[in-house]
Amino acid sequence: MIAINNYLALASILFVIGIFGVFLNKKNIIIILMSIELMLLAVNINLVAFSTYLNDITGQIFSLLVLTVAAAEAAIGLAILVIYFRNKGSISVEDITEMKG
Amino acid sequence: MIVVSLLFYLFSFIMIASAFMVILSRNPVHSVLFLILCFFNSAGIFLILGAEFLAFILVIVYVGAVAVLFLFVVMMLDVEFKSISSSVISYLPIGMTIGVIVLAELMLVLFTWRRNYSVTDNLGSSNDSQFSNTETIGLVLYTDNILFFQLAGLILLASMIGAIVLTVNHRPSAKRQDINKQVERDAESSIENIDIKPGSGI
Repeated sequence: MIAINNYLALASILFVIGIFGVFLNKKNIIIILMSIELMLLAVNINLVAFSTYLNDITGQIFSLLVLTVAAAEAAIGLAILVIYFRNKGSISVEDITEMKG
Repeated sequence: MIVVSLLFYLFSFIMIASAFMVILSRNPVHSVLFLILCFFNSAGIFLILGAEFLAFILVIVYVGAVAVLFLFVVMMLDVEFKSISSSVISYLPIGMTIGVIVLAELMLVLFTWRRNYSVTDNLGSSNDSQFSNTETIGLVLYTDNILFFQLAGLILLASMIGAIVLTVNHRPSAKRQDINKQVERDAESSIENIDIKPGSGI
């Protein structure tokens, strides 16, 4: 059996790639949403790895929940993106400055 | 055993490489396709871990639904393809700082972590040879974790209603059926007698 540290290292590298994707990308919100999906995938890998190595199925149940929430979040995020694009004609992060944040 | 190790390293290498390509590629369509590749490889890693049900759910839900949704939106929105390199210079320092901090913290956790062997009395052991992985999940999901199951259904319902309400587009020019108007209609309001004089129009 492969040591659990390998899975944890893989998940942490994937999570950090997701964080990079959120911070480095200022052109396209879709890439940011995909980075969030990558981070959730890393969390899923952690949950399943611990579920297998601790011999406890609850981790996989939680992973299922994370998957559900990720799907819901993608649907809502993309819906918001579509109506924003319909109203403003751009989804560049730099152009979204209505709230002067 | 060596085959499993080789498969693990192959899957994880392709997964990390495709994750890099997701955030670095110039064309969003390529990003979505690399995301799909990443999901497929993580399904392989789930299979190595013995979580078959989650591996298939990952392929069905993520690749079949979420990634296709991304693909639809990317193709529907007319976004100009800009390279990440134009903005990467100005945001590199803060991104690097936060990324390195998070990576260092994760590695600190990873290399100092020891398993707590006092964990006993587990709920549904996943390596039980009596039941398959899917059967074990089914046995636990509908009994001990019924609350989570129902909450997941509620979240999906809320997100479905939210997405529909957000994106529905009522054009005033479009002809629609109005049930209230149809039901309220009666003979007095819809029939009108007009006395027309001979030789003149209405």
